[in-house]
Amino acid sequence: MRRALALTLMLSWPLAAHAVQPNEILKNPVLEERARDLSAGLRCLVCQNQSIDDSNAELARDIRVLVREHLVAGDSDAQIRDFLVQRYGAFILLKPPFEAGTLLLWGTPFLVLIIGGAAILVAARRAKRERDPAVPLSAEEKKLLDEVLAGK
Amino acid sequence: MIVETGHFALVLALALAVVNAVVPLYGHYIRDSRLTAVAPSVALAGFGFVAYAFAALTYAHVVSDFSVVNVIENSASTKPLIYKITGVWGNHEGSMLLWVLILAIFAAAVAVAARGMPADLRSLVLCVQSWIASAFLLFILLTSDPFARIAQAPIEGQDLNPLLQDPGLAIHPPLLYLGYVGFSMTFSFAAAALIAGRIDAAWARFVRPWTLIAWIFLTLGIAMGSYWAYYTLGWGGFWFWDPVENASLMPWLAGTALLHSAVVMEKREALKIWTIFLAILAFSLSLVGTFLVRSGVLTSVHAFATDPMRGVFILLILVFFIGGSLALFAWRAGSLTPGGIFAPVSREGALVLNNLLLTTSCATVFTGTLYPLALEALTGQKISVGAPFFNATFVPLAIPLFLVMPFGQSLAWKRGDLLGAAQRLVLAFAAGLAGLLVFAAWKGAPALSYCLAGLAIYVIVGSFLDLGRRLSGGGLGNVWARGSGLPRSAYGTAIAHAGIGVTLLGLAASGWGQENILTMKPGDTAKIGPYAVHLDAIAPVNGPNYTAAVARGTIFEGVAALGAIEPSARFYPSRKMNRSDAGIATIGLGQLYMSIGTPSNGGVDARLYWKPLVTLIWIGALIMALGGALSLSDRRLRFGIASRARRSAGPTPQPAE
Repeated sequence: MRRALALTLMLSWPLAAHAVQPNEILKNPVLEERARDLSAGLRCLVCQNQSIDDSNAELARDIRVLVREHLVAGDSDAQIRDFLVQRYGAFILLKPPFEAGTLLLWGTPFLVLIIGGAAILVAARRAKRERDPAVPLSAEEKKLLDEVLAGK
Repeated sequence: MIVETGHFALVLALALAVVNAVVPLYGHYIRDSRLTAVAPSVALAGFGFVAYAFAALTYAHVVSDFSVVNVIENSASTKPLIYKITGVWGNHEGSMLLWVLILAIFAAAVAVAARGMPADLRSLVLCVQSWIASAFLLFILLTSDPFARIAQAPIEGQDLNPLLQDPGLAIHPPLLYLGYVGFSMTFSFAAAALIAGRIDAAWARFVRPWTLIAWIFLTLGIAMGSYWAYYTLGWGGFWFWDPVENASLMPWLAGTALLHSAVVMEKREALKIWTIFLAILAFSLSLVGTFLVRSGVLTSVHAFATDPMRGVFILLILVFFIGGSLALFAWRAGSLTPGGIFAPVSREGALVLNNLLLTTSCATVFTGTLYPLALEALTGQKISVGAPFFNATFVPLAIPLFLVMPFGQSLAWKRGDLLGAAQRLVLAFAAGLAGLLVFAAWKGAPALSYCLAGLAIYVIVGSFLDLGRRLSGGGLGNVWARGSGLPRSAYGTAIAHAGIGVTLLGLAASGWGQENILTMKPGDTAKIGPYAVHLDAIAPVNGPNYTAAVARGTIFEGVAALGAIEPSARFYPSRKMNRSDAGIATIGLGQLYMSIGTPSNGGVDARLYWKPLVTLIWIGALIMALGGALSLSDRRLRFGIASRARRSAGPTPQPAE
């Protein structure tokens, strides 16, 4: 197994190259710019947390080329994204869509801000009430104070 | 033989850790100070044994003892000596040993340096530290033995992962671990304070140096890791929102929040419960970070160790410490009396807002990192959460944080005046606006870049305004006298705040970067930004344990040659792995970055980038660390001084920070 792996790696050595390669780049700079923006938001499916724009993997290259073919064919960004999601699932989007399953994910910042803010307000109110100098003395305290003031 | 003694030393260290985990606690319980007093000596002895074990493993690596599995898997006789040493922690077992070594160093530091603090508190702190040490020593001995031998030693090892054979990555783990493990100190202080039931301003003062140390190292460690990624991964990115990066960012955010809330606790005895909670949180997130990296639950570029059995063990450690400390917290926190009150518009109020925003961003990073895992486990649905998500959520949280930062510094304690603070910040507003306009005219689009650059200038100038006002308060004549009278932590605060502004400026400038991807042959010239690179030659080079193709280029600005740039593509035969080594030329504060693929047909695929002001990202981190160090050197915070100062006659006026 390990030898097979080593062999594969060795064979892949001459092919290894960086992310976007010169021969992939489209002639039309506007389309190429869109291709780059789209690629940055698409996950390389065989890598960990890399966009296809950053990845050296063969599959990433295939998708990069695919995206460019669709762009040249005149598809909109949304159409291309939908096409890829249909083919590979929402997994391919690095920015997960806003839907039932991701509600908590997108909601976290708001939730924490609101809950945190509310907690701070409550704590501040309570602290103020507890420290409020206007709270009258209890009868016992008053008696004690009177005694002290009377000099006993 | 040395290897076996190292293993044995580790077992002894575990025994001592267990002693220290039990005896001082029992001593505290039965109120016997003779029992609690053993803690410092036992901690020192434990440190001795762990240090010996670490030295033994280092020895095995240095002499290339290929009868040790760890050495076979991560070393080769041809590897340069420096990487034989750093290879000790360039693998799972060794890095866990480093983790425990740093833990022992911190324990020894408390035993030796913190003589000024109450003896019983110190013993309890060491006791809690020993619980952590016991858990991790047990983890190493049961699941990750670095000293395991093999009967038939091979003649050559498998070499270290080439990505790790790099000076940057050699010092990245120790820095990061000093940060992670440093937060174990604040955790131990928090747990000890909860056990002893004594949580006051003095506690905040005792714990502050340790928080600062952890924060400084974590800052440096994250910056180092990001620079390493920048120059080795070959596409010029410096932050990928990779789960492993997030794992180090989360404790940093919590630690930064802790640093600020501890100030409020120290000065005003307020936010006590919250500060204790943050101390627990910062270390819990460090443990989560260790879990994420070490368990292989998120296999990413960094996670070079994967073993589910280990994952479960670390998960148990995680549950035990986080659950245990939170239970202790819930049990004791109710009995804490709330401290000083303050108006919403005040220094304290600003720090509370700082904490709210930092905690929210920390929670966002946490959910973003773990959500895909949780969702897949619960529903089977697979989603990706990557850079676009974090940019969309983290940036809107960071911007208000930057906006209020100078405000907080200009507000008075207890009750501040918002209008007055704004007036005091007029200079910062003006500088920020001027910066925005200058950058917009000079560099142009994207709008986000020049807006953030303006914000950065505002933060940098705003950081120093409070300091400037305090220096020139009584006329310009006695600036020197006032300057030397101000506590160093005042300078530290200003410098650290300016540092994050500098980093922001570097980040903002990434929008002005340019790239050029093309195939080049020797003799070709490629334009990039204001410069051009002429490829002189592509030459093969043989390193000690790799072969490489080096592209030798010259940078031109117009017709004037500025210097050389030499990217290379390396191949490590023992691991059959490639590694690119970017050629980087620093021009002013920007960098020209060039990386190449494998040469073919006499040409090579090259990626060239011009990254204006990019160095500021890491310079800013260094400035932040410098600010932290200045604050740490403050006379009032030095170990033990606090208590001596308190014993001297009468209260001394403390300048507000």
